[in-house]
Amino acid sequence: MPQQPYVFQTVASRPPPRPVGGLLPWVKRNLLDGWTNVLITLLLIALLVLALPPIVQWGVLNAVFGPDNAACRAAAAATNTGACWGVVAEKYRLIFFGRYPYEQQWRPMVACALMIGAIAASCYRPFWRGWLIGLWALVLGAFFILMMGGRFGLVPVETSRWGGFPLTVMLSTVSLLIAFPLAILVALGRQSKMAGIRTICVLYVELIRGVPLISVLFMASFMLPLFMPQGTTIDVLVRVLIGMTLFTAAYLAEVVRGGLQALPKGQIEAAQSLGLGYWQTTFKVVLPQALRLVVPATMNTFIGAFKDTSLVTIVSLYDLTGALQLALGDADWRKFFFEGQLFVAAIYFVFCYAMSRYSLWIERHLNTGTRRQ
Amino acid sequence: MTTESPLIEFAGVNKWFGEFHVLRDINLRVGKGERIVICGPSGSGKSTLIRCINRLEEHQEGKLVVDGTELSDDIKAVNAIRKSVGMVFQQFNLFPHLTVLENLTLAPMWVSGVPKKEAEERAMQQLQRVQITEQASKYPLQLSGGQQQRVAIARALCLTPKIMLFDEPTSALDPEMINEVLDVMKELAHQGITMLCVTHEMGFARSVADRVIFMDHGQIVEENTPDEFFNHPKSDRTRDFLSKILAH
Repeated sequence: MPQQPYVFQTVASRPPPRPVGGLLPWVKRNLLDGWTNVLITLLLIALLVLALPPIVQWGVLNAVFGPDNAACRAAAAATNTGACWGVVAEKYRLIFFGRYPYEQQWRPMVACALMIGAIAASCYRPFWRGWLIGLWALVLGAFFILMMGGRFGLVPVETSRWGGFPLTVMLSTVSLLIAFPLAILVALGRQSKMAGIRTICVLYVELIRGVPLISVLFMASFMLPLFMPQGTTIDVLVRVLIGMTLFTAAYLAEVVRGGLQALPKGQIEAAQSLGLGYWQTTFKVVLPQALRLVVPATMNTFIGAFKDTSLVTIVSLYDLTGALQLALGDADWRKFFFEGQLFVAAIYFVFCYAMSRYSLWIERHLNTGTRRQ
Repeated sequence: MTTESPLIEFAGVNKWFGEFHVLRDINLRVGKGERIVICGPSGSGKSTLIRCINRLEEHQEGKLVVDGTELSDDIKAVNAIRKSVGMVFQQFNLFPHLTVLENLTLAPMWVSGVPKKEAEERAMQQLQRVQITEQASKYPLQLSGGQQQRVAIARALCLTPKIMLFDEPTSALDPEMINEVLDVMKELAHQGITMLCVTHEMGFARSVADRVIFMDHGQIVEENTPDEFFNHPKSDRTRDFLSKILAH
C-alpha cells in the first residue's frame, strides 16, 4: 500500500476568550445574571433614583454651610428644606474640645494627634518591638502633661473641663491598653489549675458582664469614693477609666478564652516537652496562636468599647456626644440637632470603619505562611 | 549487662485516668544507649508509659527515675529532665506560627539561653542531619507530613537530649512518607542515642531494637530481644497480636 503523503491542515483559529475583567463583564456577571437579579438590580436603581435627589437637595444643594443662623432658619422653613451645616461650622470647636478653655485648645489638639500617631504606629507589624512600649509611655505622658498643664509653663486645666474628641480617644485608648493585658490574665486564670484563681476570674467575668456599663460607671464614680479612706479623692476621670477598663476586660477575657480553647493540646505538650516553662509556653506558643484566632472578635469588642465611651456623659464627662449636647444647649442652634448628630456619627463611623478594615488586613497578614498554600 | 545504674527506671509504677487503670505495676529499666520498641493494641497504655518519662503524664504510685532524678511535683526538676528528653509526637506538633528555623531555635534560646546566632547554627546542623536544610525559612504547614516529622525530630534533637521518645511517629503519615522518617530514626539509632519508640513498624523493630516490649491492658506482657519476640513469643496474647499485625 502506498504511503499517503501527510498533509498539514490549518486549524481554524478560535475566537478570543471573552473578556472576564472590565466593567461590562462585571456588571453582567454580578448584576444582570438571571432574571431575578435583573429585577433586583432594577428595583435598587429605582430606589436610588427616588431617594438620592431629595438627599442631595437637602444635604448639598439647599444646605447652608456657613455659620449663619438666619440663613439656616430660612433654609429649614423653606418648602424645599435644606440642611444647616452651619451648626457644625459655628460649634465645631465646642464639639471637638468640649469645655476645654478656648485659647488653650491647641493642647488637646496636639495631644490627640500624638495619641492617634501612636495608634497608627502600633498598627504596623514591623514596629511590634520593645521600643513601642517606650513610645506609648512617652505619648501617654505627653498627653496628660499637655491636657493637665501645670508644668512647662502650661496653664493647669481641671479634668472636669476635658471633653470632646480627646476625651473619647483617651478613654477608649487607655482603657483598652490596660484592659487587653488584664483580659489575657483573666482568660489564663480561668484555665488555671488553682481553684482559687479560677473562681476569682469566673466571678469577675460573670459579675461585670451581668451588669450594664451605665451601672458600672455609676458605681465607679459614686461608690468607689465610699470605699476610699476619708479625705482621699480620686479624680472622676480615673474612676471612669477604672470602670470602663474593668468592663471591657471582662468581655475581652471571654474572647481570649475562646482562642485559648481552640488551640490543640498538642501545641502545649510540644512546648512542655522542650522544657519551656508556663510563661514561656504562654508567651511564645499559646498566645501568638490564640490571639490570631480571635482577631475579628477582639476588634468587635474594641469597636464596642470605642462607642461605649459616649456613656460617660451620665457622670458629667463631656465626650464627643456629650460635647455636642453642650453645643446644642445654645437656644439659637438647638433646632439643628439632627445635622449635629449626623456630623458626630460620621466621626464615629470613620474611626470604626478604619478599625474594621484594619482588622481584616491584619488577620490576613498574620496568617501568611500559617495557611497551607 | 553493665552494673551502671539505668538511665530510666520504672519501679512499681501505677497510673489511673479516673477509674481507668492505665498503667499497672510497671517495672522497667532502660540502660544508656538502649533502643527499645514498645508495641501493643491501642489503649494498652504504651503512649502513656513513655509520656510519663517527661511527665506529660503524672504517675500516681511507684517510683520513676530519669537520668538520676526522681520525677515528682518539683517543676524545676521536671523542666531539667525535659531538656534531656526529646519527644516526637504522632501529630508532629510543630508550632505553625513559627518558621522551621524558629521552631528549632525556640527552646535552645529560651530554655538553655543559647545566643540566637549559635542556636541557628545548631539548628542548621540538625536540619542537615534530617536532610531538610532547604526548608528552613518555610512554615511547617507548607511542608509534607514526612518533612514535618523530620523537622519535629530535628527540633527535639536541638537540645542534645540523652533520651529520645517517639510516640507513634509514623502513624499519621502517608505510606510513601513513612520510610523517610524511619530512615532518620535508624540513623539516630546507629549514633547510640537512647531511644524509646512506640510504633507498629515491625521492620524497624527488627532492625534496630535491642528489646521489644509488648503491652496490653496497662501491663508489660512480654519483654524480649526482637529475634525471640518475633520468632518465639512466649505469651498467647503476644502471638495473637503478632498474627494480626504481621498477617499481610
